[in-house]
Amino acid sequence: MSTPAPASSRTISVEVNGEAIEYEVPARRLLVHFIRDDLGLTGTHVGCDTGNCGACTVHVDGEAVKSCMLLAVQADGSSIATVEGLAAEGELTALQRAFNEHHALQCGYCTPGMLMSATALLEQNAHPSEDEVRIALQGNICRCTGYVNIVEAVVAVGEGTGA
Amino acid sequence: MSPSNNLLQGQGSTAVETGAPEVLEKGYIGQSIPRREDKRLVQGLGTFFDDVRRHGMGYVHFVRSPYAHAKILSIDVSKALELDGVYGTITGDEVAIHTDPFFEMSVEPGGNIKDYALAVGRVRHSGEPVAAVCAATRELARDAADLVEVEYDPLPVLVDAEESLKDETILHDDAGSNTVWSGVFDWGDVDKALAEADHVVKIERLHFHRFSSTPLECAGALVEYDKGTAEWTLHCNHQMPGVGAIWMAPALRTGIDKLRFVTQDIGGGFGNKICLHPQYVVLCLLARKLGRPVQWTEWRTDQHTANAHGNERTFMDIEVGVKADGTMTGFKVRALDDCGAFPRYEPLGCIIWAQVTPGMYGWRNIRVDFTQVCTNKSPVSPNRGYSRMQHLWLTERIIDIVATELDLDPVVIRKKNYVKTEQMPYETPNGCFYDSGDYAAALDIALELIDHGSIEERRKEAAARGKLLGFGIGSTLDSGTNNFGQSTLLNPDLQFSGNNEAASVKLDIFGEVVVTLGTVPQGQGHETTSSQVVADILGCSPDQVNVRRGHDTWFNSHAGFSGTYASQFAFTGLGAVKGAAELLRAEMVQLAAAVLQAPEEAIELADGFARIKDGPEEAALPFMALGAIVNANNAFLPPDFNPTLNHRYVCRPYFGMVDTEKKTGQLTLTYATQIHAAVVEIDPETGVVDVVDYAAVDDCGIRINPQIVEGQVHGATAHALGAALSEEFVYDEEGTLLTSNFYDYHVPHALDMPPLKTGSMESPSPVAPLGAKGMGEGGGGGIHCVCAAIQDALASAGKAIVYTSCNPPHRVWSMLQDPESTRANVSVESR
Repeated sequence: MSTPAPASSRTISVEVNGEAIEYEVPARRLLVHFIRDDLGLTGTHVGCDTGNCGACTVHVDGEAVKSCMLLAVQADGSSIATVEGLAAEGELTALQRAFNEHHALQCGYCTPGMLMSATALLEQNAHPSEDEVRIALQGNICRCTGYVNIVEAVVAVGEGTGA
Repeated sequence: MSPSNNLLQGQGSTAVETGAPEVLEKGYIGQSIPRREDKRLVQGLGTFFDDVRRHGMGYVHFVRSPYAHAKILSIDVSKALELDGVYGTITGDEVAIHTDPFFEMSVEPGGNIKDYALAVGRVRHSGEPVAAVCAATRELARDAADLVEVEYDPLPVLVDAEESLKDETILHDDAGSNTVWSGVFDWGDVDKALAEADHVVKIERLHFHRFSSTPLECAGALVEYDKGTAEWTLHCNHQMPGVGAIWMAPALRTGIDKLRFVTQDIGGGFGNKICLHPQYVVLCLLARKLGRPVQWTEWRTDQHTANAHGNERTFMDIEVGVKADGTMTGFKVRALDDCGAFPRYEPLGCIIWAQVTPGMYGWRNIRVDFTQVCTNKSPVSPNRGYSRMQHLWLTERIIDIVATELDLDPVVIRKKNYVKTEQMPYETPNGCFYDSGDYAAALDIALELIDHGSIEERRKEAAARGKLLGFGIGSTLDSGTNNFGQSTLLNPDLQFSGNNEAASVKLDIFGEVVVTLGTVPQGQGHETTSSQVVADILGCSPDQVNVRRGHDTWFNSHAGFSGTYASQFAFTGLGAVKGAAELLRAEMVQLAAAVLQAPEEAIELADGFARIKDGPEEAALPFMALGAIVNANNAFLPPDFNPTLNHRYVCRPYFGMVDTEKKTGQLTLTYATQIHAAVVEIDPETGVVDVVDYAAVDDCGIRINPQIVEGQVHGATAHALGAALSEEFVYDEEGTLLTSNFYDYHVPHALDMPPLKTGSMESPSPVAPLGAKGMGEGGGGGIHCVCAAIQDALASAGKAIVYTSCNPPHRVWSMLQDPESTRANVSVESR
C-alpha cells in the first residue's frame, strides 16, 4: 500500500535558523509538525492540543508564536527560528547558560518554548523586571519548576548577572 | 599512550603519558553543581520518545468511547481500512483472542475483574479505547479513526463512589460488586481513646478531590517487533518499566526478557506514567500484526480524559479524641477510594497511606475502615504524593478542624502533638519507623520565613482593604523507599516484598568512568547526582563520569522494581550507584597496589589518579592506565588476578516481614519532612483566593545537590497550589469529563505562582546509604496549608469548615454565602 497523495498540498519557502528551505507540505499540516516531522528539528515540542502550553514556541519573523496554532502554509515566506538555532555556533547564549546555572529546568520539555519566549522578551526589553518576565512567560506552562528559577534566570540575564 | 606495565615486575617508573585530569577538591556530595543534563536540553537536543523515528513506521490513533458506560454492540473498521494509507486496525475482540487479562492486585471481588488492553464488549469510562488505527501519517490515522463505526447501547452511569457502593449498577460482572477491596486497619484501642477523651470532635465528611500532575509531555511509545527473536523494543516514557513488564509480559503471553524498554529524556512523570501497560500492549500487538514499527503519541485531551488521574478519596464518620490540654489521643475514619473504571495499580493505594498512618503526630489509637470502589471515571494511577498525600491531608484537616472547634492555636496544637525529635527513630502504631527529623524545629523555620508574629497585624491591614486574611500550616511527610511487602496487606497471595534498584559502574579503556542506572529519571537530575557520588568515591571530577541517559533493559542494570517513583532514588538509586562504585574502587586500589608494588592501604584514589599516599610524584597511575591495563593490555596480569573494572550492584534494603494479621511492619524506610506555611487573602465579593506569602521547609537528610532538592520543593509546591485552588477533574452526571484540556483544567502559570520562600534543615537518615532521604513528593503540604489558611480566613466570616481539598473561587464563595452547611458537618462532644 502506498502513501497517498495529500488532498491538497503546497510548496512553501521558508528560512529556518538561517537556512533557506523549499518544501511541499500538506495544506493541513501544522507548523509544529512541519518543523518536527518534516525538518527533523525535534527541539520544538508539543504539550497540548489547544494552544495553551507554549512548548512549541518558535520565532516567526522575530516574534514568538505557538507553532501549533499556525499551519505550515501560513509560514510561507517567513523566517523561522527554533531552539536549535539559539546556539548555532555551539556557544550557548547567556540565557541558555543562565537556565543551567539557575536550575531553571528539570525535565526540559517546556524549556525550548520558555527559551524562545524569553529570548523574544529580552530582544524587546533587555532589562525586564520580574513582573514583566512573568507576563511574557504566561503562555508557557512548566509543570516541574513552579517557574521560580525560570523567572530568576531571565531576570538575571537582563541584569547582566545571568551567566 | 599505552601505560607501562613493567611495574608489575617492579622495574622502571610510571612512565605513562596522560592528559592529566583537572585537579579538583573532593566532596562533590552536598554541592549545587549545575546539572549535566541541561546542556542538551537547553539546545533542544534532548531525545524524547516522540523524537524517535523509524523507516516505515505507522502512526496510531485510538478510537475512544464517547459514553461513560455502554455495551459495545458492534465495531466496523471496514471504512477505515479502505482509506489509502491506512496500515491496519485492531479491536477489543482481537485483543481478547491474543492476550490474557492483566493480573489484578486485589483479592475478591476486585481480583475477579477482567481488564484488557482495549474494551471488550463494554466500555466503562468516557474516552476508553475500543479500537486503534495505524496509518502512514498522524493526520490519516486520525481521519481513519473517525471512520470506525461503533454501535453502543448506553448503560446507567456511576460517577459517585457512595452511589457505586450500593451495587445497584455493577460495572464488572465478573466481580459481581463495585467494591474492589475493603479492610479494617485497627491499631491501639481507639474506642477506649475516644471514651477517655475530654472532647470528641466529629466530622461527617471530607473529600480529597481528583486531579493529576499532568506532565507536559503526554504518554506514548514507538514500538518495534523483531519477528526473528519475537522481541519487542519500546522506545517509551514509562517511568517504572520493571513493573510495566510484569503487567505486560504475561498478558502478551511472552517472557519478560522479550520486552526491551528504552527511555531517554522524559517530559515529566509524577506517577502518571506508571500505568501505560494497556496502551503499550495494543502497540505491541499492532507492531506484530502489521510487521512495522508503530508510534503513538497521546493527545492532551486524551491524557486528561482517559490516561490516569490521581485517586479521589472520601473520608466519613471521623471521630477524634482530644484531652483537655490539647493532646490528641486518636481517631477513627471510614475512607472510600474512587479508583475509576479499572483498579490497575490502584488497589495499592488502599494500603500505601499506612506508611504515614499517624501523620506527624504522636497519637497511638487509629482505626481506618477502608473501601475502594470502581466508578465510570478515568482509571487512576499514582500521582506525586500517592495515597499518603490524601491521608496526610486528612490528618492535617483533623488538626485544623479540632483547633478551630476547640479554639486552640494551630501552631501550639501541632507542637504539642508532633512526634518529638528525641523520640526518633519513632515507631508508629503500625510498626513503621520514622527515621529522623525535628518537626517543631522545621515549623519554626517556616514561621520565621513567613513572619508569623505579624499575622494579626497583617490581618487587620487586609481587613481595612476589604480582604479576609488567613494563615495556615501544612505538615507533611514524604515517605520513601517502600516495601513492596505491604502489598500482602492487600492480598496475602501476592509474591512481592522488599525493594531493589541496580546500577553499574565501570572504568573503560581510556579511563572514562561509565555509569548506567536502572532508574528512569523524568527531570530529577539523576545523571548529575550520580556523577557527584561516583566522583567522591573514585576520587575524580564529576566531569570524568559519564552517566548514560535513561533506562535501557539491555544495559542490564535494572532490577525487578526499577523505576523512578515513591521518593526512593536517593536511597536505592544512589545506594546502587554507591555500591557499584565502591566495588570498582576496591578493584582499582587492588590493581594499583599490584602495579605500584605497594600495600593496598598505601593507595589512594584522588584527582583522577591512583597513587601512593605521600609517595613520590611519579608513583601515580592515571585512571586511563588502570582502564587500559585491564581492558587492552592485560597479558602481564597474573592468572589468579582477574579484575574486571566493571561492577553491577543491587541495592536491596532490609525491611523485615509484614504482619498481615495485625497489618504492621516496616512499610517504608525514610521519612523526609516538609512544613509548608501560607498566608492567603480572600476577596469576599468573588471568593478568589490570593496566596500572598508562602514558605516551604524541607528536611530530606543529606542533600546530594541542594539546588536540585530546592527545585523539587518548588515544583511540588506548584503542583499543590494548582490542586488546592484550581486543578480538578470534574465530571457531569453522564460521566463526561468537563475539564479535558488546559483551558478548563487550569494549571498554575507564571503569573499564578506566589513568591516562594524556602528553608531547609538536614536530619541525616540513619538507615540510608548516604544519609539522604528520597524526596520530591512532599507537595501535599501545599494543599494542607492552603486549606488551613482558607479556613482561618473564613473564621471571621461565618467560620466555614473547609471540607474539600480543591477550593476554586466558586467554592470559597459558596462557603462565604452558606458557612452553616459546612459547619453542620462538624460537632463536638465535650465531657
